[in-house]
Amino acid sequence: MAQDEKRPRGEDTIDANLKRVYDETLKEDVPDRFKDLLAQLKAQDAPGNGSNNAK
Amino acid sequence: MSTPDPKDELVDHLPAMRAFAMSLTRNSATADDMVQDTLVKAWTNIEKFEVGTNMRAWLFTILRNTYYSSRRKTKREVADVDGVFTESLSQKPDHDGRLQMTDFRAAFVQLPDEQREALILVGASGFAYEEAAEMCGVAIGTIKSRVNRGRAKLAELMHINENEAMELTDDATMAVVASRVNGGMR
Repeated sequence: MAQDEKRPRGEDTIDANLKRVYDETLKEDVPDRFKDLLAQLKAQDAPGNGSNNAK
Repeated sequence: MSTPDPKDELVDHLPAMRAFAMSLTRNSATADDMVQDTLVKAWTNIEKFEVGTNMRAWLFTILRNTYYSSRRKTKREVADVDGVFTESLSQKPDHDGRLQMTDFRAAFVQLPDEQREALILVGASGFAYEEAAEMCGVAIGTIKSRVNRGRAKLAELMHINENEAMELTDDATMAVVASRVNGGMR
């Protein structure tokens, strides 16, 4: 973006810190509960799956 | 074999969803519950996702709606901020970078939800103001003003002025902090 040269330097500091806070969680391994959940959702969707309890 | 199923892409967005949820809730347990709810909603409403549009924006929109509706239900303005978020880097405050990071987190969690959200969307996750405005259901000017007010408040809380800013973003400091963050993870 063309705004870079006009930004006060404090904004860069804040944005760098924001990115660090964000990236820290971003880099964490995703807990297994989410993979399990996706597998479970997939199983519910599977055609021919008799247990149609999606709702 | 068949056209790609957008459901298969959901997994790719999990780290970003967790990072956004953590910034909103400031509580790791609540954040993961929000992500779980969002995942189920996204899966069961996948037909509402327009293929070719930004899936992350769509997921973040669901996530923030989940967060704000639960906030309304519990009628709590003050969230349950857990120590994990503010103290994860504070065990050994032996380096300037770490101290500043802890200070930043302590300042960040004090901001109103709407400002934290706008700052993370625009300042950290790289969404354009227009996208952030659409996701939050407000005008672009509103997002801009939330970002500006958030930045001003953080600068005030962290006593950032232009002279200090130079050393805070110094490349060497950033590299040290980055390596410490990586090295400090389980």
